[in-house]
Amino acid sequence: MKELLIIALGSALVNNVVLSQFLGICSFLGVSNRLETAKGMSGAVIFVLTLSSLVAALVYKFVLDPLGLDYLRTIVFIMVIAALVQLVEMFMKKAMPAMYKALGIYLPLITTNCAVLGVAIDNVNNGYGIASSVVNGFATAVGYGLAMVLMAGLREKLEYNDIPKSFQGMPTVLLTAMLMSIAFFGFSGII
Amino acid sequence: MSLTPNSPGERIYNGIVKENPTFVTMIGMCPTLAVTTSVINGIGMGLTTMVVLVLSNVLISLLRKIIPDSLRMPCYIGVIASFVTVVELLLEAYLPSLNEALGLYIPLIVVNCIIMGRAEAFAGKNPVIPSLFDGLGMGLGFTVGLVCLGAVRELFGSGTILGFQVMPKAYEPINIFILAPGAFFVLAILIAIIQKVNNTKAEKAALEAQQQRRQILQAAGLVAAEKA
Repeated sequence: MKELLIIALGSALVNNVVLSQFLGICSFLGVSNRLETAKGMSGAVIFVLTLSSLVAALVYKFVLDPLGLDYLRTIVFIMVIAALVQLVEMFMKKAMPAMYKALGIYLPLITTNCAVLGVAIDNVNNGYGIASSVVNGFATAVGYGLAMVLMAGLREKLEYNDIPKSFQGMPTVLLTAMLMSIAFFGFSGII
Repeated sequence: MSLTPNSPGERIYNGIVKENPTFVTMIGMCPTLAVTTSVINGIGMGLTTMVVLVLSNVLISLLRKIIPDSLRMPCYIGVIASFVTVVELLLEAYLPSLNEALGLYIPLIVVNCIIMGRAEAFAGKNPVIPSLFDGLGMGLGFTVGLVCLGAVRELFGSGTILGFQVMPKAYEPINIFILAPGAFFVLAILIAIIQKVNNTKAEKAALEAQQQRRQILQAAGLVAAEKA
């Protein structure tokens, strides 16, 4: 239990997936301009990342590892993730139309979110079991959501500021990310 | 610059300057920020990505008439993932130190938006030779971006370039440049410089156009005056 807690804290805060590992940067920079969309994206990522960690861990433990097909993991994981995202989308559309309405448009984008594949591979590299993998996936996604929502809040405020012309757009966003990343260094002492 | 569309030179110019993935279209940011702690890592990542990009572009272009339109995404992912695995195994065997330095980011080339983007935007619709040079150009452009970022971070963060001491001995390396915040900072500054250059260029062009218009108007006015 203690171990799982340490994994969770480590992935969500200390080694924040976006701000210190640079995974999922594309969506972090791309869809963080509105708080509403940032929340939607985070929700979708939390859902898919937890599920994909579970499925990838199961596939690895019961198929790849026993058959000695370890070297195929990149191909298999990306295929599993792509298929999973498709299934989740179809299932949500049928069974949870309200949730599909809120998260639907973000789902296809998640296949190419490198955080999802990154966590699946990271779990294998760290030798995590199924429970640790799921906890790691969930915590990573929560860390992603945290960074995303904070960033979106900041960007909504930044919009009304007078910024030098050369720094408008991406440079300001990157500088904001830099300050957030320094702030997250403060967590590095806790474990 | 006037180059024939889809000629090798035009494709390479397009990849390095016009649609530079790092500075202009700003895609493939994850490896850009993550591995550029030194020039050599930047070169390693850039060239590895380029190899995958060229191979996948060529194969996708060869298969473009066979792959059904509705299944193209999974097919592209399969092609790209296979090449990434090949390259990963080769690096593990022949360049273990680079493999160690780049770590997780090698398998993550699969989800690099540049590769998928080029497959979708170019290789899936164009013949083999232009696709090959398109991959080469984009890969070189990506490498240039990574090397710029890596050079600045290595210079300030450890006082060296490619491992050689450049800064004077008394220079105290600013450690934060090779940590995560440094990556965001350096990229922000580099993009700001590029925007500044572009803005000045645009202002100059606007000013010139205005002057030209005034001259034409004056000439027209003169013509009109003469007529009168």
